This record gives sequence, C-alpha cells and structure tokens, in this order.
Amino acid sequence: MSWGAKRWLLLAVACAIGVSLLSHHFNRYYLGIAIDVGINIILAVSLNLINGHTGQFSLGHAGFMAVGGYTSAKLTLELSRLLPEAAWPALFLAALLVGGALAALAGLMVGVPSLRLRGDYLAIVTLGFGEIIRVLLQNLEAVGAASGLKGIPNWTNFGWTWALAALTVFAITCMVHSTYGRGFIAVHDDEVAASAMGINPVKYKVTAFVVGAFFAGIAGGLYAHHKQFLSPTGFDFMKSIDIVVMVILGGMGRTVGVILAAALLTVLPEALRGFSDYRMILYSLLIILLMLLRPQGLFSVGRRARLGSATN
Amino acid sequence: MSAAPATASTGLLRMEQCTIRFGGLTAVSELDLHIGEDQLVGLIGPNGAGKTTAFNLITGVYRPTAGRIHFRNEPLSGLTPQEIAARGVARTFQNIRLFSSLTVFDNVRVAVQLRQTGGLLRALWRGRAFERQERAIETEVMEILDIFRLSRFRHTLARNLPYGDQRRLEIVRALATRPRLLLLDEPAAGMNPTEKVELMKLIEFVKEKYRISVLLVEHDMQVVMGICSRITVLDHGVKIAEGAPEEVRAHPKVIEAYLGDNKGGRK
Repeated sequence: MSWGAKRWLLLAVACAIGVSLLSHHFNRYYLGIAIDVGINIILAVSLNLINGHTGQFSLGHAGFMAVGGYTSAKLTLELSRLLPEAAWPALFLAALLVGGALAALAGLMVGVPSLRLRGDYLAIVTLGFGEIIRVLLQNLEAVGAASGLKGIPNWTNFGWTWALAALTVFAITCMVHSTYGRGFIAVHDDEVAASAMGINPVKYKVTAFVVGAFFAGIAGGLYAHHKQFLSPTGFDFMKSIDIVVMVILGGMGRTVGVILAAALLTVLPEALRGFSDYRMILYSLLIILLMLLRPQGLFSVGRRARLGSATN
Repeated sequence: MSAAPATASTGLLRMEQCTIRFGGLTAVSELDLHIGEDQLVGLIGPNGAGKTTAFNLITGVYRPTAGRIHFRNEPLSGLTPQEIAARGVARTFQNIRLFSSLTVFDNVRVAVQLRQTGGLLRALWRGRAFERQERAIETEVMEILDIFRLSRFRHTLARNLPYGDQRRLEIVRALATRPRLLLLDEPAAGMNPTEKVELMKLIEFVKEKYRISVLLVEHDMQVVMGICSRITVLDHGVKIAEGAPEEVRAHPKVIEAYLGDNKGGRK
C-alpha cells in the first residue's frame, strides 16, 4: 500500500517530466492549455480538502493563490538577476515553496476566525479575505499595483506543473485516506460527535485551511511563471467561484471527480471559442444543466455518491 | 498527576453541586451524582428534566455555572469535549450522531484514532511505522466490529444502516475510544420491545466485557429498571430521588413527577 501509493507518485512525476522533455514537438497552444489544466487541478484538489472533505465553505482560494503567485514572482524577478542561469530551477522551486508557505500562513490567519463560523458566514469571511488581498495588491507599488507585475520569467512548463499536480493529489489523497485523515470527514459530518470521539475539530479545520492554502500558493506560483504577468483583477472573487464550481461539479470530497471537473472546465471555455460571443452563455447553461441532472457531482461514482437515502 | 490512588469511596465520576443556567432557566440545579467503578447507573426523569444537560456537563459540551466534576480524581472543569474523551469518557447521543458519509468501518476507525500517535506528516510520508500502525488499527476495528456483529456492514455507509444497527454502531464507536465510563443517551428511543430486550443484553454485555461503568439516560422504565443497579431521578433539573430500582419506583415524588400531582389521593 505504501509502496503502491509512492510508486504511482513517482510514475506520474516521471511521466510529467518525460512529456516535458518532448514538449517542443507539441503545439504551443495545446501545451499552454495542458499547463492550465494542471494548475487548475492543484487549485481544485486543494480547495476540495477545505470545502469537500472538511466541509468548510471557503470562497478565498483565489486570495491564497494570489499570495503564492505574487510572492514567488517577486522572488524570481529580484533574484534571477543575481543568480547564474544554472541556479534558476532551484530558485524557481524555492520561490514556489516560499509562495506556498506564505499562502499557508494566510490560510492560518483565515482558518483561525473560521473556528467560530460555519456555512454562509464562513463563506462571507473568506470572500472578504480574498478581496482584502486583491485590494492590497492593487495598491502595493512594489508589485506593480493596479498595472500588474510584468516580465516574470517563463519557467513554468509541463513537467513542473504536472509533477506538482501529482504531488498535490498524492499528498491530499494520502492524508484523507489515513486514519488521521478520516477526521476531516468526521468533522464535516458532525463536529459535536467528532469532539466526543476525541477529535479536535479546531485543529482539523485549521490544518485543512493551511494545507489547502499551501497548495493554492504553489498553484499561484506556477500560474505566475506561466502567464508571465500578474494583475490583481485576475484574482478577484470570480476566480474563487471558478474553483468552487470545479469542486462542486466534480462532487464535493471526491478527488477523481474534482480532477476531471477541473480539466473539463479548463478545456470547455477553450473548446467553445468558436462560438465567440455566445461562449459564456453556453458555458453557464452547461453548468446549470449539469447541476440539474447530476447534483451529486458529475463524476461521482461509488458508495459516497448516494445522497438522498439519508436517514438524518 | 500525583492524585491519591482511587479508592472505592471516591469512585469514577463525582459530580458535586453542579448547576447550569441558560439565562433565566436553571436546567440542572445542584446535582450530586456519583458513579463507582463497574457500575450501571440510570438517570431518569420526565421530558425536560435535565438528563441530557447533565450529560453535556460531564462531557464538556456545556460548562457548569457552579459546581465541580471530577473524573478519576481529576477535575474536568475547563476541559474541551475532546480532552474529556481522551481521559476516558465516551458517549452516545439522543438523536443518533454518526459520521453519516463514512462507512461503518471508518466510523469506528475515527474513534480508535484517539489513541494513535503521529499525525499529518506521518500520514504523508507513509513510512513503515505508519503502515504498521494503520494495520494495527484495522485489526482492532475489525475485532470490535466482529464482537458486535457489525463486520458484514463494514463497507456500508453509516447513514444506510438500519436504525437499530445505527444505535448499536454508535455504542461500538464510543467503545472504540476505550472509555472507563460510557454515557448512553436514550439508547432505546424508537426501538420496539424485542429490540429493547436485545439492547438491555447488549449493555450488560458491554459492561461485563470491557469492565466499564455505564450511565444510562432513559425514558423507558422497563429498560432502566431491568438493568441498572442504582437510579437517579431528575425533575425540573433537581434530583428528587436516588436508590435501588425498587425504592425509586415506589418513591412518592417519582410517581408524582411521572403521573402528575394526584390531588384527591395520597400526597
């Protein structure tokens, strides 16, 4: 089991790097979309830990992503001039990790007030947090303020993105499936019962926020070095909603479904480009239809899928 | 803690003069409750008498406005519910509170976790020690599910279990924390007479097998009178009687609380 899980991770990382080495053979447009898919998988899977598994409705994921993105972009912008080219991959990795760590710190700051709130109230607090981050960035001259941060090196490639996506999926899946991690779902299902069984709901909720924010920060770093340009408006409330939609569409708490939904919702707007003006209408209609027909999540199969037959 | 060794007289749980008020309402007033080792104590009373509130005081869901609670000679005041659970108090709930989207197996597994060392990082690294521990936990969960004949449901979601089995699973989950004191909140609620008889057997079995004390809140007289060695009766938050089942049954205040004040007859 342990080797099984780790082997899958190594295999996935190897595949990602392998494909990346061949990437100059591929169409740059498609490669770009593939990187977008990988980044969105990291975002959706990490949000799924908070929203799906632990049941803490967060609308602040774009905020965490922004913290990670801006941090790592600023770091590479400042330090890449000082360091030789050979050290750039190490710098990139370090910048991603620092971005993730700062985002995790932000997660801690949001996680702590969340202990007193639940449901809609928590959603509003996290929404407010995301907006605060955005407004701060909009006014911070050091990161380009409203005109954005330009000239970020183009270091994100297929290999980095998908290796980190694999690592995210591995880490979160391993966590949730361990005995320790079942506590996240226990807290989701019934906090009072969980604490009566010796589980500390506070610790679990904060852990979910910190871990989820960490990976969102990494995704932000990848995004920054993929688009090479960051603007505060890219991290507004709609971005958070996009990620939430991926989680809901994939089925709350179902990793495979969430991965597929992230891929679908990244590719779909691109595929609908042919309809230009009507693109967003079609996209919205599809989401409405999917929610009407598959409220339990598009790709949810298996035992946890059967809602409805609840005996609450 | 260097507390004095527990003697028979100090007992397992000692509630002294516990009072809790919610605004103007005194839900439990100056309650004294003592439970010794290996005892099966009943707590009864009409609706709204404060039985569940007493449970919530013991398990730390509420803090008493006044009074002290000691468990194995250690004060419980100021501890969170999870800390009290770690000290050996487990409970079930009046309205079943299982982890409904987890399987039967995982419901018990979560409770076993209380005694697990290591957490997040160990689960991420998945080393040898982690695997060994996960297997030990699995074995333990399967054992306890076997004992209570729930192992055939191990892959079933808790919410899809039949009602009686849900009640049973809740008791099993509480037992998986290896408590010294088990609090059962109306376990017979909604059960038919056959199920009630089975439940009585189950409670006695649990008490004998795990050598623990049980505090039972119950509406159903048949169940309480049948298995409890001592019964405490609450009415409007006040203890009105205490003693062996026969004494309590004949106690005029108890009759009055349950059947109403008989103006014309005896008082």
